[in-house]
Amino acid sequence: MTSSIIRVTHLSKSFGDIRAVDDLSFSVNQGCVYGFLGQNGAGKSTTIRMLLTLVEPTDGDIEIFGMNLRSHRRDILRRVGAVIERPDLYKYLSGYENLSLFARMSGMKVSRRRIMDQLQQVGLADRADSRVKTYSLGMKQRLGIAIALVNDPDLVILDEPSNGLDPQGIADIRNLILELSRNQQKTVLVSSHLLSEIELIASDILIVDRGKKIMEGPVGELFDPSRMVVEIQAVFPEKARQVMVSSDWKDRLQKQRGDTFIFELGREEIPVFNRYLAQQGVDVLAIRPRHSLEDYFLSLTSANQHVDTFTN
Amino acid sequence: MWILLQIELFKIFRRPRTYISFAAIASMILIIQLGLKFDGKSYLQLLMSGISDSFYVPYELILNGYLVAFVILNTLLIHVPLLVALVAGDMVAGEANMGTLRLLVTRPVSRTRLMLAKFTASVIYTVMLLVWMAFLALLLSMLFFGTNDMIIARNDVMEQIGRNDILWRYFAAFGYAAVALSTVAALAFLLSVFAENSIGPIVSTISIVIVLTILSEMKIPLYDNTVKPYLFTSHMLAWKGFFYSKASGDGQAIPGSVENLPAILRSLAVLLSYIALFVTTAIVVFRKKDILS
Repeated sequence: MTSSIIRVTHLSKSFGDIRAVDDLSFSVNQGCVYGFLGQNGAGKSTTIRMLLTLVEPTDGDIEIFGMNLRSHRRDILRRVGAVIERPDLYKYLSGYENLSLFARMSGMKVSRRRIMDQLQQVGLADRADSRVKTYSLGMKQRLGIAIALVNDPDLVILDEPSNGLDPQGIADIRNLILELSRNQQKTVLVSSHLLSEIELIASDILIVDRGKKIMEGPVGELFDPSRMVVEIQAVFPEKARQVMVSSDWKDRLQKQRGDTFIFELGREEIPVFNRYLAQQGVDVLAIRPRHSLEDYFLSLTSANQHVDTFTN
Repeated sequence: MWILLQIELFKIFRRPRTYISFAAIASMILIIQLGLKFDGKSYLQLLMSGISDSFYVPYELILNGYLVAFVILNTLLIHVPLLVALVAGDMVAGEANMGTLRLLVTRPVSRTRLMLAKFTASVIYTVMLLVWMAFLALLLSMLFFGTNDMIIARNDVMEQIGRNDILWRYFAAFGYAAVALSTVAALAFLLSVFAENSIGPIVSTISIVIVLTILSEMKIPLYDNTVKPYLFTSHMLAWKGFFYSKASGDGQAIPGSVENLPAILRSLAVLLSYIALFVTTAIVVFRKKDILS
């Protein structure tokens, strides 16, 4: 039986009249990579800040490692490492000094060797004595992660860790998260609006929208891989539409955007439907599978409405 | 707590701008010393124009290291609050602006301890600024101008303090000034909690000190007993009291005496109360503050 590392119950936070987080409940199991998804402003960062005691909840409870966060704040934070949005550090200090400073604040006994080992792990050993103001964004992000890991935490919380990184930087972060989870048995909670990234690393996801939980569960159970969402682009959309709405697949048509029709089809149905369209004289320009989790996400959140409004 | 304090001091003294204050004080003191070295007599003539008509004034004896230090302190202690506010006003707001505040607060240390460490570091910076000032103003002046009895003019009275009765008064005065400037540091520290960048608290602190100083100096009887005693700025210059001796029957200054020690101690208590009020409020506000930077 897996135990919950984080258990959030009826968590809410209001800033004046704005309800940033609204009655949110979820739990994160030990050893998993937990993806926290939502659009900008959905309440991800506010929730993470409440988990890290930066923001006081208006209502609700947070338990981490089975302890109440309010009453055991220091005991809990001793076992947590976090990167919150941008990697802001002391620019006038070196990478070594930054890491050493936060290690000491975490109650670590600091030796040069230990700090250098940590910098080596994130590939910054050769720039240890350079001032952080000379670092690139990717290097700062890596140093931020080194700071988060310096106290050898059981729980790592990463808020939008891929923000502003180039593809190589994003891949590095992804590999690091997988390494932490698989080889070091750490529990990782990672928030992102990059759905494709979360899909690659997370075992469980939570989707929030406007502060509310939309869906929570294992990635594999959230969508049926045998059902695919495909885009069918036709040369003559009017004719294609007539054929499609009179076919057996008419109920599978989700929406039309210009010359593109979005269908939800079984994997084996796709070639059959394609053949049918050809037989009916519909010239198909392209059939493209859409990213399943992304579709799922969009269908659940208000982004769906935004897309439709925009295209209309 | 000791580790937190070490870290805060490390951050203060690793920032190049911290040393601007030390450089500013050094340059101001050296400029005053240079001016008095080459034209001190004219300065004293101007200062004692009312008295020199009635008495013979031995300017060459009066212009010694102790008097020069007194002149420097009179001139500088009014402006040093600006330098103190530069650092104290940056302690929390500067971290919020850099984005490092959220890193600090997610460490396993209590917010109260963090704040106490930050304020203590501000006070240590203030004291070091004063030690630097004391070294330059007192020791260098003693070296350049020599030592002798110190004669200071107060209203229409000239007071002569024996050369062996002066140094302890300077130490007491610097000690008092440290408390006075720590009050400014505490105010800047409090304002720093409310801001997301350090310009606001620094400018606000200086503005408050200027407005209250003007109010403290105004000769309006209505304010004398109703407002002035409660302003911390009314008590910031009480360090001068250590240079006013009790007089014997024949008008001589009594060595080791202070004319109105209870008044100085009262002023000290007012300043300490303000420090306690400002720092406690800062901690209470910070403990409840949502860190959104």
